[in-house]
Amino acid sequence: MPVSQEALDAVALSRAEYEQLVERLKREPNEVELGMFGSLWSEHCGYKNSKPLLRLFPSGGDRVLTQAGAENAGAIDVGGGRCVVMKVESHNHPSAIEPYQGAATGVGGIVRDIFAMGAYPIALLDSLRFGTLDEPQTRYLYDGVVGGIGGYGNCLGIPNVGGEVFFAAPYNGNPLVNAMCVGVADIDKLVSARASGEGSVLLLVGSDTGRDGIHGASGLASRTDPESRFAEMRPAVQVGNPFMEKLLMEACYELASRHSDWIVGIQDLGAAGLTSSIVECCARGRTGAVIDIERVPRRETGMTPYEVMLSESQERMLIIAKPEHVDQVTALFHGWELHCEAIGTVVGGPDVIIREHGEEVARVPWETATEPPEYRRAGERPAEITELNRFDIGSLPDLAPGDASAALLRMLARPNIASKRGVYRRYDQQVLGNTVIQPGGDAGVVRIDETDLAVALTTDCNARLAYLDPYAGGAIAVAEAARNIVCTGANPVAVTDCMNFGSPEKPDVYYTMEQAVRGISEACMEFGTPVVSGNVSLYNERSGRPVYPTPVIGMLGVLDDASKHLGAGFTAAGSPVWLLGADVAQPAPTLAGSEYLEAEHETVAGLPVVDLLAEHRLQQLVLAANDEGLLRSAHDCSEGGLAVAVAESSMLGAHGFESTADFDPGERLDSALFGEAQGRIVVSLRRDSDADRLRELAREYEVPLAHLGQTVEAETFRLGPIESTLPELTYAYEALMRL
Amino acid sequence: MRFAIVRFPGTWSDRDCYRVLHDVLGQEASILWHRETDLSGYDAVVLPGGFSYGDYLRCGAIARFSPVMDSVVSFAEAGKPVIGICNGFQVLCESHLLPGALILNDSLQFRCEWTHLRRDGGDTPWASAIPAGDVIRIPISHGDGNYFAEPGTLDELERDSRVIFRYCDEHGDVTAEANPNGSQRNIAGIINRRGNVLGMMPHPERAGEDIVGGTDGNRIWTSLIEAGLAAVR
Amino acid sequence: MTETAVRFLAEIQVSLKPTVNDPEGTTIAGALGNLGFDTVQSVRAGRYFQVMLEASDAVTAEEHVKQMCERLLANPVIETYSFKVTALEPA
Repeated sequence: MPVSQEALDAVALSRAEYEQLVERLKREPNEVELGMFGSLWSEHCGYKNSKPLLRLFPSGGDRVLTQAGAENAGAIDVGGGRCVVMKVESHNHPSAIEPYQGAATGVGGIVRDIFAMGAYPIALLDSLRFGTLDEPQTRYLYDGVVGGIGGYGNCLGIPNVGGEVFFAAPYNGNPLVNAMCVGVADIDKLVSARASGEGSVLLLVGSDTGRDGIHGASGLASRTDPESRFAEMRPAVQVGNPFMEKLLMEACYELASRHSDWIVGIQDLGAAGLTSSIVECCARGRTGAVIDIERVPRRETGMTPYEVMLSESQERMLIIAKPEHVDQVTALFHGWELHCEAIGTVVGGPDVIIREHGEEVARVPWETATEPPEYRRAGERPAEITELNRFDIGSLPDLAPGDASAALLRMLARPNIASKRGVYRRYDQQVLGNTVIQPGGDAGVVRIDETDLAVALTTDCNARLAYLDPYAGGAIAVAEAARNIVCTGANPVAVTDCMNFGSPEKPDVYYTMEQAVRGISEACMEFGTPVVSGNVSLYNERSGRPVYPTPVIGMLGVLDDASKHLGAGFTAAGSPVWLLGADVAQPAPTLAGSEYLEAEHETVAGLPVVDLLAEHRLQQLVLAANDEGLLRSAHDCSEGGLAVAVAESSMLGAHGFESTADFDPGERLDSALFGEAQGRIVVSLRRDSDADRLRELAREYEVPLAHLGQTVEAETFRLGPIESTLPELTYAYEALMRL
Repeated sequence: MRFAIVRFPGTWSDRDCYRVLHDVLGQEASILWHRETDLSGYDAVVLPGGFSYGDYLRCGAIARFSPVMDSVVSFAEAGKPVIGICNGFQVLCESHLLPGALILNDSLQFRCEWTHLRRDGGDTPWASAIPAGDVIRIPISHGDGNYFAEPGTLDELERDSRVIFRYCDEHGDVTAEANPNGSQRNIAGIINRRGNVLGMMPHPERAGEDIVGGTDGNRIWTSLIEAGLAAVR
Repeated sequence: MTETAVRFLAEIQVSLKPTVNDPEGTTIAGALGNLGFDTVQSVRAGRYFQVMLEASDAVTAEEHVKQMCERLLANPVIETYSFKVTALEPA
């Protein structure tokens, strides 16, 4: 009997996909199997639209310990026998529906990815995008999402060390919530998410299984009609239990770090629950499994096999234990006061077999299940971009010198520039006792236990630039991330990405995704930072309009000597301040896609550009200068340009600033002060005498530079025509906290 | 000294306390699972911060019934030093080893930030090396740190000089602006009548090394360690 | 027509929908078990509100309370509510 359109819609499979499935199975799937394939072949689990693009990313390197996409997260050798495991993941759609729980369970999911690898999570970051604050719904979402991230992460005892918050109209009703987690493990204790060895036992640990989030993968995140999910998908929302996750995290880490010989693998349960975790484990180990589904502990009565296999109940893990150690593994979890139930066994053969009281209810070949159809689509450059790129910024009136001081205050108060202290003070930033640089600077810096090392962590994406030029925007996201990393004195090492786009079935959206991937790839090759893990979130649209293309870059940097870390603030008076990478004067086109252009001229236009070679030389220069001990601080110029960067350094370090008498903004004041030309870093030096050596180094690295002025003890702030005081700047900068 | 650091399900400051006591200050320290009941080998007990039992019901309300707590109560009643930090302070209040309660911050939000504390109050081995009026800088990290007690209890605490730390500004002035959570009378830490039990919301174990922002927290630990040495002498 | 406002007390209970995971309730149930309350089968946690309001009559008051629940006090995505409205003395 042919399957009904309704049944296909419920699992979000197209008729053609269904026919392909029947052909590969050589039979019609039953209801349970159809549900399982629907989830596994969804964009969320199967990456059917994005996989061909993601293959463009450079993913290998000397330090990379994992194959792209092969494990739950990427692992990077940082030296001393230790490795860093990292990944960023989206929870956009659940957060749009229930912001607190959506964001909270997003944190829960990414943390499980990290400890599933045997690593102990040492840091969280979050990259958030919301609609404009004049929309009442934005405030509700903003407060709920921030509350949820804090509520979950704080309870786990993982410090939150960085991230971004950005507001723009295209995110109205479709916020982006991307969470990144970083963990540390001994390299020889890394655990694979693999099922292997006939007779190995599958243990389900953690929460009981309820009817939460059934069809979360196929419905919420992958539906081609994104609008309908808001009405239909409400039962798919889950309530997180961070307390349970904390116990799971400790127990899994103890198991992996002390008793790795008891197990063959650990896998978390995320999207599509038991279905994807079992099938993916089996596919990695190229082996089958038999599951006795009645042994899955339930929270609710009367659940069908379909519901149990597709439930997305949170805080569950799958442990693949060696048969002779099952009792010890079980005892370890019981010691942490957690449930632990044997639900199946690894067997040879090509199938995952689900039984209920001995009777087969589903038989899913893992190979077919993990090889969904792939779509290579033809992109089309959106006509509106071409128009916006041609916009002549030089035709706009320049900023009057008399208005420069007020303009800086207006810029500092913009939600996209203003201090995010109101956000991060709701997150624990210091637990675990290793946070060297807290949020508020360029990147978070966290020490690695039992070594001299520290890691620097950041997430970056200027989506306005990615909208105006997705290729340059993708490259700039990487360049800015690397710039933030070097500003802490760390060397950029690896990238994890989260690709947030609209519907890939629209040629203009597909074009932006493809271009962004290419831009990221080129930049990652230039900086030598392979993409070791990532996540894709598509169908981010509201009322038919996609969000800005938002390729978020999470980057890891390594400081071989933690004591050489560098902050962004002017921490002493009398330090010479220099701009590295450019002269002060900048032409009008550097205002392309800038916060200033949107703030003062209500315009999002222009053509952003990036010179990756120059950027790389600049970053090498900063690292060299820091190695020689010349630098007291470094801070990159990004949103808000030079004036905002210098003001931020002043406020962060609580020291005033006075520019040199010959400060020359050139022909245009607005682009000199607020233009967003890439590749610029503001540094303060330890001693006057260091300026000569800095100039020498700059010549060596072929980096232009300009003397800006010096820091002062007083609270005065003078930059060219700008005259202000630290209290005045700070008041403006804290605008978002008075919301 | 030998420190017992208690780990309830959901505790997360246990390792941070261990790091400072053992690695930084060179003391003997062990982390004890909450089912442990034997504290006989220890000179001091630390109830660290975290979210015991997820802070469900009320912060500290479920941990208070953990097997270890009977022993902690006996330990305290014997006059031996006990410190409760953050969630540990909440557990001490729920256990009635200290008066009052910690309720939701007046901002209704979690707060993690550096605070200044003024040393007030009377004698306690936990702050014997911190002269009255001194200002120390230590971070807070809590959602329920708003100290509440009935007026009579507050007056009694004041009269008996049992308020040991108050939130203040960097100059030591106790102001409303310097109060991060709405605590009555800016109370950040109090002791029991004998002075051997200290409860405080700020985290001294997070201010134990310069590279993480400061070492003022060590003045609390070293107070006790020096007091212990003096007692032996 | 003159309207005389009456004071009402609305007692409102908000709890998670029966199918939604309730970690707090589960944890409290476990703690009760540990304390020896073997008879406990399950616990669901919730919140209780007392709202004083004025309305012309009980039907109007109930309608107002219903709106309050749907718009603010409960999140219909995950929570259900119930309430009882009692007339106090005339305002």
